[in-house]
This record gives sequence, structure tokens and C-alpha cells, in this order.
Amino acid sequence: MLLPFYLVYLILVFLCVAGCEKLIMLRYMLSRIAGLVGVLFIVSVISFALMHSVPGGPFDARALEKQQMVPENIKRQLNEKYGLNAPVWKQYALFVRNAVFLDFGYSMAYPNRTVVGILKEQWSYSLQLGLLTLLFSTAVGVGLGIASAVRPNSIFDYLGTGVSILCLVMPSFVFAILLQVVFSVWLGWLPTGGWSSPRHFIMPVLANSLGAILVLQRYTRASMRDTMKANYVRTARAKGLSKNRIMFIHVFKNALTPLLTVGGPLAAGLIVGSFFVESIFRIPGIGFYFVSAIGSRDYPMIMATTLVWTLIISLAYLITDLLYALVDPRVTLVRED
Amino acid sequence: MPEPLLETIELTKSFNIRHNFFGAKKTTNIAVDRVNLSIVEGETLGLVGESGCGKSVLALTIMRLHEPNGGRIRFAGKEITNLEEQALRSVRRQMQMVFQDPLASLDARLTVEQIISEPLEIHNIGTKTERGNEVARLLERVGLSAHDRYRFPGEFSGGQQQRIGIARALALRPKLLICDEPVSALDVSVQAQILNLLRDLQHEFALSYLFISHNIAVTAFMSQHIAVMYLGRIVEIGNSQQITSAPQHPYTQALLAAIPEPNPSQRNKDLVVKGDIEEITEFPTGCGFLHRCPIAQEICAHEEPQLLSIDGSHEVACHFAWKKELNPRIARSCIQIKF
Amino acid sequence: MRLFWRRFCRNKLALIAFWFIIAEVIVAVAAPYIAPYDPYKGDFLATWETPNRLHWLGTDDLGRDVLSRLLYGARISISVGILSQVAIATVGVPIGALSGLKGGWLDYGIMRVIDVLSSLPTILLYILLMVALGAGFWNLILAMTLTGWIGVARLVRGQVLSLKKADFIRASRAMGGGTRYIIKKHILSNVMTPVIVSIAIGIPGAMFAEAGLSFLGLGIPAPRASWGQMIGIYQVYIRTAWHLTVFPSIVLALTMLAWFLFADGIRDAVDTNSNVSIVD
Repeated sequence: MLLPFYLVYLILVFLCVAGCEKLIMLRYMLSRIAGLVGVLFIVSVISFALMHSVPGGPFDARALEKQQMVPENIKRQLNEKYGLNAPVWKQYALFVRNAVFLDFGYSMAYPNRTVVGILKEQWSYSLQLGLLTLLFSTAVGVGLGIASAVRPNSIFDYLGTGVSILCLVMPSFVFAILLQVVFSVWLGWLPTGGWSSPRHFIMPVLANSLGAILVLQRYTRASMRDTMKANYVRTARAKGLSKNRIMFIHVFKNALTPLLTVGGPLAAGLIVGSFFVESIFRIPGIGFYFVSAIGSRDYPMIMATTLVWTLIISLAYLITDLLYALVDPRVTLVRED
Repeated sequence: MPEPLLETIELTKSFNIRHNFFGAKKTTNIAVDRVNLSIVEGETLGLVGESGCGKSVLALTIMRLHEPNGGRIRFAGKEITNLEEQALRSVRRQMQMVFQDPLASLDARLTVEQIISEPLEIHNIGTKTERGNEVARLLERVGLSAHDRYRFPGEFSGGQQQRIGIARALALRPKLLICDEPVSALDVSVQAQILNLLRDLQHEFALSYLFISHNIAVTAFMSQHIAVMYLGRIVEIGNSQQITSAPQHPYTQALLAAIPEPNPSQRNKDLVVKGDIEEITEFPTGCGFLHRCPIAQEICAHEEPQLLSIDGSHEVACHFAWKKELNPRIARSCIQIKF
Repeated sequence: MRLFWRRFCRNKLALIAFWFIIAEVIVAVAAPYIAPYDPYKGDFLATWETPNRLHWLGTDDLGRDVLSRLLYGARISISVGILSQVAIATVGVPIGALSGLKGGWLDYGIMRVIDVLSSLPTILLYILLMVALGAGFWNLILAMTLTGWIGVARLVRGQVLSLKKADFIRASRAMGGGTRYIIKKHILSNVMTPVIVSIAIGIPGAMFAEAGLSFLGLGIPAPRASWGQMIGIYQVYIRTAWHLTVFPSIVLALTMLAWFLFADGIRDAVDTNSNVSIVD
């Protein structure tokens, strides 16, 4: 569980060192990192406040769901175990202190397991799903985008636009349901859920990649078009480089590099935003547990997952921004309000 | 001499620049520094200077779109420096403005008809049909077709947009038209058309112009009198003939020398002004042109030169205007400007 | 206005979408009259029925007619979509306008708040808010408003700021236009057009959010019918009762498609400056 954190830490240190050549760069990086900490702080406060604003404490709420009454002495014991007797601010301070050491307490839905324990076991599934989705959507999205740009107004172009409209309009869970119904129930070709064999991968990855394909296709198409119109491309052709191969190398390299900057937040979003797909296809990843935590009002779980997700997304944006700053120093200029 | 239509007396406008991010440093930028101008009815006063010297701010301050920080403005004999909005409205009818960026000065979401009839609407002139007819008349007068009133500004070229702006400015039949770099954003060939249009309109509608430009050749073409502005101060003023044939201030001379000369053997490379215009936050104690002046001396750093009359209405603010001889090559290139 | 309509009609797809939406709204409003069965009353003798002659789209686990529930679900989707956007505009526009006009500390403060709130992922905010508030129609609208006003406020503020510097505003003042006149004639139309476009695009987004949240059990609670909720509840029964999830899915997808195309058409029709085609 801690390995990726060390990796991220190393990346950050590397970037800081690389950027240290210019003081402005360093200041920019530090301010962004400070921003990250600030966001985490605020998210934790908000989620903490929200969880504790539910009247009657978490156990009453959960009991209400199950339409049971919680006996007084059991409530007392539970309150003890989860430290709910202390005043709110003290609880929060405790929470923060523990959070820094990645100790989020015990899950309420699975009282014998710690939250961190659950996350540790399940996150690899989410990671696999996310990576596969990333690969697939990159292949499809970028491919369609290139095809659209290279052969405008052709079948490929309309196909690409059609696909992107589909991705825009169709919610991922609706698509997932439809896939399930068609391919599992009616045709019986694919299993309805689980994650044990490659056949299990197909539908979840498809359903999960909608948003990513949309973004990548549009971006690639626009970027390619812009690059192809650029003057240096025309110069290359004028020079006699009419061989498509050579041109493609030029054009591709320049058009596709900006994609890397989109890729960071995209990847993070994929890992994070897959809870619909995981729920529908019963993939035991973080998203799935998050959804069930919501359903069972498992507050420690909800809070921990929220923080982890915010951290992942913010880190992705941060690293992307820092990379950008290294490449294009203009970004570091302070914005004039 | 008849009472001037517009007169500014020691007009001053300054801006406070606050620094964000808790740096409560307040610096003052004096954009217009004690400017004295006067425009007689039916005539054109040209105002020349580089971008950033404060010409536009001066124009806006005269129109009371900025509040003056010092000095007075008189229009048609009345003090308008501190007039309230209500009283100012009737004055506004007589003083209109044409802006530099033609498209920005028109509300892109309104039709041309709505744009040109706006002043009529504000002052409740005429019925809707009458306004429509007036719009058609104005459009024809500025060289567009009456049918254009149903179109949107975005559908026109820059020159045509500026014509629309002029038509709008004329709707109220003003006495004074302040043209703030009206042709600077246009192609050269279109510039000529617009300038000629402005001259024709001046005769037909008995207008007075305050013509602002950074191009001294264009200004000389349009104006009877010229004022040269640098860093918020008037450094030289006189009638066009005096300014173009016998410029006294080094800056004016440089402006004239910068006019492209087609004949290579007559090109004058002597007078070069160094650098770009700077944004001054602490106003110079001496002459504002100090850092770029080719003939600056010790005294220029300490004492601010005042506008002194050399020859009748020709005034210069330079310590060496009296003493210096006119560079003969400058004299030659000046006389080349014939209209 | 007429001009806007003409431009809008040039876009065939948007026009089709528009009529589809009109039809849907009419159906939704008329649901109590045209629904064949009461969506809340279940016929316990006819549970889990697949589509047949009596129940065109089948029945659910309590014997409620799916078609009727879909019709009522339309009311939920559309009203959530429209109400939330109206609320967002009502909150966001004044804040943005005030921030832009006044400037200074007020503007600075509001911008910081907006920056912070917008750096938090929206889905998470929705989920957290709905967990805290509890599921329900008005809670949902509240949650959406709390997170959504930011976009509109930022948009309006940007518009106001650029308008403040615009020459045509100066020109209007130079002609003697008073503040109220300028606001009415210039500022409102220039500000409201992007806001209207933003609302139009926001409606399908809101529908999506409602469907997603209801799917998770956090949006509209049973027994009220919401498409997302139906998909969520019956998702586990997909093998035996596919009709309970497929039909809501189809209707949801079609509705969102229609709204997106419609919003796109509005955006293109409103822009008097450019001639952009939809396929871009």
C-alpha cells in the first residue's frame, strides 16, 4: 500500500530538484504543493463535518437503515471503540493525527477489519481496471482522433464523432447495464461479473472507458489538426518531404506530446471514478467498497476513501502542472487578478 | 479670438496602483500632467504621442469618463469639470467620441440599427420610425448602405465597423468629436478612406475634432493645430505648419524623422531616440524625455522645462529650444511633408 | 428572438432533439392522465412480469407497472434537471455579477472560495453531501445548487470583468447613458447569453448526476420513481428481470442525447459572431 506513496514522493523530489535551477520554479512548485495540502485539509474538514452532522450519530443512522433499534449499552461500547465520545474538535484532531500515519480506524461494516486493511487488499483490482481502461481508451481514442484528422469527412471522421457523442451522452453505468444485458443475459457470451479471467475484463473496461475515449478523441483530433495546419509542416512538404512516413513522424511527435499533460488527470480520474463499473460488475476494488460503504453508512470507510481519492486526483494534477512548468516556464508567472 | 469650444486648464489625471497579495504599496501613476489645450469651433486639434503617453486617458478625462484629479475643463463656455451626471447629459450630446478598436466599441450582440439609434434612444429623440430613418440616412452618409442596419457588427470589415462608429457618433449632431486613434487599427488604404470621410463630415456638419494619433503624418493631414504629448505632458504645441516645418522639441523632431522616406538618398539617420516609452511611477523631477533625449544635459535632470512661446502660438517645453540650431537635415525632411 | 429561432432551426439535429424534448415534457406533465397504472400501487398477483399485453413494459418486484413508473420518472428527471439549473443560476449569477462589479476584497474573497471549492472533485462532493443530508428530492436540489453555483458565478464574473473594460460600454456612457440603462441594454444581454447556454448544457449534466446518485441510493429514494434509482435497485436482478433495468437505461440515454443536442443547438444559435457547425 505504501509503495506508490514512496514512488510519488520520489517523483516530487526529483521534480523539485530539477526545478531548483530557477528559484521561481521552486516557489511555484512549493506553492502548488501547499495548495495540495490545503485541498486535502479542506476535504477532510468537509467530510468530517458532514459525517458528524448526521443527527443521532452514525449508529442510529445505520440502525435506521436496517430498521433496528440499538440498545443503549451496545451503543456505549461502540462509541468507545470508535472514539465518538470525545468533543468534536478533539475527534477531528485525532483523526488528522491518525490520518497522517494512515490509520483510519476500523470499518463499521466489517468490524474486524481496519479501513486501511480493506483498502490495501482491494486497491490492486481498481488499479488493474484503471490501467486496462487507460490502455484501451488511449488506443481507441487516439486512434479515432488521428483517423479523423488525417482523413476528414470520411467514414472514420463520422465514426469518431459518433463515438464521441455516444460517450458524451451515455452515462457509464447505463452503458454497463446495457452491455451486461446484451452480452451476459441475452447472448450469454460474457460473464456478468467478477475479475478472474480476461473474459471478465472486456465489459468493465469498455464501460469504464467512455469518458476517457471522449476526451482523448477530441483532444487528439484537435491537436492533430492544428499541427497539420502548422507552417512547419507546410515547409516540410515544400521541401519535398512528400513521403507520408516522414511527415507522420514530425506531425505525430508534436501533436501527441500535449496529450501527456491530459493523461495525468485522466489516469487519476479513471482509477477514481470507476465505482459505478465496479459495482455493476462486482469487481472487488476500492470503488465497490466505497459504494457499499455509502450504502451501509460506514463512515470511517467513506472518509478514508474520499481522502485517498482526493489525494490521488490532486497529485495527478500537481504532477502534470509541475511537468508543464518544467517544459513551459511561462506557467509559473503569478496570475494577475 | 473667439471663445474656444473646448478648453482644458491644467488638467491632471492620475491612477493609484495597488499591489495585490497584501503588499499594500500604493504607487501613483500620473497619466495626464497639467495639460492645457484649446480647440476653436470648426477646427481640428491633433494630439500626437507614442502609445502609453496618456493621450487616450486625456480624451476619456475630457469626456468625463474618468474623473479629473486636478485642473478644469470648459466646454462651450461652461465649466464641466464637476458637473453632476444629470447636468452632464445635455453636454454629452454635444461631445462624442470615436474609438480606436472599431469592433470593441460596438456591442456585438446588437444590430447596427440598435447601435446607431442608441444615442437617440437615450435622449428620447424621435419616434421609432423616425429613428430608423435617421439611421438609414446616417449609414448612407458614412458610405454604407441603408440595408446594413439589420446586420450585426461582426459581419463587417474593420473599416466598415469604424464607419458605423462614426455614424453613431454623429447621431446626436455633436459639436465636438474626439477621435481616439480612429484609424490605427485599420489597413493603410482603408485609413485614407476613413480620414477623407472625417474631413468631409467636418465640413458638412461643422464639427470640431480632437484628433488623437501616434502617427504624426496622419495627424498633420487632419489638423490645423498639433500638440505633442510625452509621458502625460505637452512638450510642444503649435499650428501644423510650425510643427511640421520647424519642430523644436527633440521628440517632435524624432517623430518627424521617423516618417518613412521613400527616397533613400534623403533618409536621415541622425536623430535616433533610444529605447521604449517607460511607465513612470515616480514622476521625474526634471524633463520627462531625459532618458531618451539625444541632447540632454545636466539641467534637464533637475528642472522641468515649461511650455514657452517661441513664435506666436508655437510653444515648446525644452531647455534648449531657444539655443539649438535646427539640424538642416531635419529641416529638409520636414518640408517634404506636403498635403 | 426571431433571428435566434431561424439560426436554431438550421441545425436539423438540434431541431429533432427539441421536438423530442417537447414531447417528453408533455408526456411527463400529462403522466397522471396517460399512465395506464398507478406507479405506486403494486398488483401482487402480477409481480416480475416481463413485457406482455397488459403491462407493455412489464412489472417490477412489487407488481408496479414499469411503463407508468417510467413516465413518472420522466417528471423527476426533468424537474430535477430544470430546477437545479434554475437554482444554480439564481445563486450564481448575482454572486458572480457582484464580484465582478465591485471588485476589491469582496471579489478576492469570492474567488478564493470558488478556487477551493472547484478543486474538489464534484462526484465526491455530491456523495458526501447526500450522505449527510439524506436522500430526497429537495436535498438533491440543494446539494446540486451548493456545488453548481461556482461555474455560473465564475462565468458571469468573467463576462462582467471584460464588459467593464469594453469600449462600447464607455461609448454608451459617453452618449449619456445612465447606469440602469447600460445594465438593461448592454450588460444583461451580454451576460445572460452565456448563462443561458450554461444552463442548457447543465440540464443533462444534472440529469446524469441525479441518475448516478439515485443509482447509488443517494438520490431520489423509493417509492418515488426515478430512472437512475430503478437501474440501481434492479441491477442485481439483471439475469431474471432484464426489463427492469434496460428500459430505464434506454429512456435515460435517449433523453440525455436529446438534451445535449438541444443544448449544442442553443449554443450555436446564440453566438452571433461565428458560424460554427455542430460537428467539431
